[in-house]
Amino acid sequence: MIKRQLPLLIAFAMGVIFIIQFFIPHQISQDLLTWVNKWLMIIGGISLLLGIYSLLNFHYLQIFRNKPGWGFSLIMFFSFLISVVVGFTPSLINVILPLPESSVQSAEQVKEWYRITGLKDGSSLDWIFRHGITPLSATMFSIIGFFIASAAFRAFRARSLEATLLLLAAVFIMLGQTPLGGMLWSGIPDIMTWILSTPNTAAKRAILFGIAMGSISFSLKIIFGIERAYLGGKN
Amino acid sequence: MPWFRILFLGLISLLGFNNDIFAQNTLVSPQDFTAFDTPNDAGGSVSLTWRVVPENNKPEVPYLILAATAPDGPWFEQTTLVNLKSDYPQYFGLSASNKLWSYCEITDFKQSLTDDNPKPITATTYFKLAVTDGSKTLGFSSVVSAMHQGNWFDASKINILIFVVIFSFVIMFFISLARKNPDLFIRRIPGLDAIEEAIGRATEMGKPILYLNGLDGMGSLSTIAATSILGKVARKVANYDSQIKVPCRDPIVMSVCQEVVREAYLEAGRPDAYNQDNIFFITDDQFAYAAAVDGLMVRHKPAANLYMGYYYAESLLLAETGAAIGAIQIAGTDSITQLPFFITTCDYTLMGEELYAASAYLSREPLQTGSLKGQDFTKGLIILILILGSLASTAGITFLVNLFKTF
Repeated sequence: MIKRQLPLLIAFAMGVIFIIQFFIPHQISQDLLTWVNKWLMIIGGISLLLGIYSLLNFHYLQIFRNKPGWGFSLIMFFSFLISVVVGFTPSLINVILPLPESSVQSAEQVKEWYRITGLKDGSSLDWIFRHGITPLSATMFSIIGFFIASAAFRAFRARSLEATLLLLAAVFIMLGQTPLGGMLWSGIPDIMTWILSTPNTAAKRAILFGIAMGSISFSLKIIFGIERAYLGGKN
Repeated sequence: MPWFRILFLGLISLLGFNNDIFAQNTLVSPQDFTAFDTPNDAGGSVSLTWRVVPENNKPEVPYLILAATAPDGPWFEQTTLVNLKSDYPQYFGLSASNKLWSYCEITDFKQSLTDDNPKPITATTYFKLAVTDGSKTLGFSSVVSAMHQGNWFDASKINILIFVVIFSFVIMFFISLARKNPDLFIRRIPGLDAIEEAIGRATEMGKPILYLNGLDGMGSLSTIAATSILGKVARKVANYDSQIKVPCRDPIVMSVCQEVVREAYLEAGRPDAYNQDNIFFITDDQFAYAAAVDGLMVRHKPAANLYMGYYYAESLLLAETGAAIGAIQIAGTDSITQLPFFITTCDYTLMGEELYAASAYLSREPLQTGSLKGQDFTKGLIILILILGSLASTAGITFLVNLFKTF
């Protein structure tokens, strides 16, 4: 009973407190918000241990049970181990392979990078991020370009009135974004601007209104304990 | 011709072409200078206002603010102001007369204009405003004083408070209505009807269902909505004796999902079929997560992919890979920028608010459906206000539009 009632009570109390907090600009109210946010960060940090356990357990089972793709799990263990070792020996890689000066990023961009990642300039983890994580992430991100082409190929077939309208809008937007559109006909960039600023904005605003109403209603349901499916079990 | 001379002088007089025109470059002392605690703030700031005077209101005329801890000084130069700001609606409202005032906020007490280590204002401070020509002071205002304090209510958010109260009452009213009449009509949401079909398909094919909760943490409403839907889906999966895999990006979301799925299996009377290892953490890195989930899809070839929650640039990477393996795909997101990608690549997409409505739709409980009705009623009300606001604005009446301004 208490296992179910206590979380609902906490959700109600915190929900009401922070609705009131939103309207109180006083320093005490701001300090309360900062204090709770710090606790959230601490809980998030501790929960990472749970995540690490889950990750290692999952890949251990993949290898142990000889499941398809178990080799990737082995690579995961190897990468994990390297990151941990390098993390505890800050200047190991940097001694062997010094980090080259960045020719692409400006000094401000480099400073911002260190601020976001919390890495130290020239540390071994920085080396791993710059030469491992960043190019791999960039590779994944660049695949989106090809996926947009294949998704567009499927979506832009004039099978129905709606699909035809979508196709026409896409043609005008794509041509309007390039110098070729303006060269073909000077009206194309204007049509593109109209599509983006009028029907597109109207539709986006309608969806945003729905999201705003939905999120307020959903929040109220959580605060008053009407929505409790996120706790598991029956509503 | 004396009559012509009289007419000429009269015209010149009417046009204001008299001796005063030569005095228009003369600066005048600041007028109606006042100091007060900055309203609607946490404290630590004092606001100064003074009337806009056309003669002084030019970029080449700087104002100098002086401060002291006693009314008779010593005075310390605080700041030099050019291009003065007027109209600060979040503090002073939306009245047109606010444009007749200039304002300045002071948070620190400096020992000189170049003091790099100013101290916060801690006691009643006295202020004086001077007009300068850049080198010498030409006129002083009267001495005023103020002390800052934290405020207990932000009056600029009063319209939000009123709206929240009205909206809450509407929701509560429709919930009580739904209690009396549980058979409220809810429009069909094909995406949610298709979940049953997707689970059935996966069961027939003997393949798992892949369920993603989005990339946000438990603090996001869309993630909470996604975990609510997960509970309903997991119960159906347990009933069909199928299998569900939930790769997570956040360890807290993973723990919640494990609990939700475990409870769903218990409810379905199949606690033995629950496997905690099917709900696992991958990584919190966006593209590494996308790569890992894509790998899972390619290796395990799930029969159905359900993408609920908030997504970023990885949405197309996930949904297009899912389309390539031939899985039935249902997405639900309030991420407006990723909606087109899901609509293009998925069989069904829950748009925006439908994600929040899903839990109510699937449970059909009166309390839940009542809140949906209340939500729809408020939306109707907002549409009405939008129409009235557009008409009023077209007619030059800004009152209705100003009522909904937020700061």
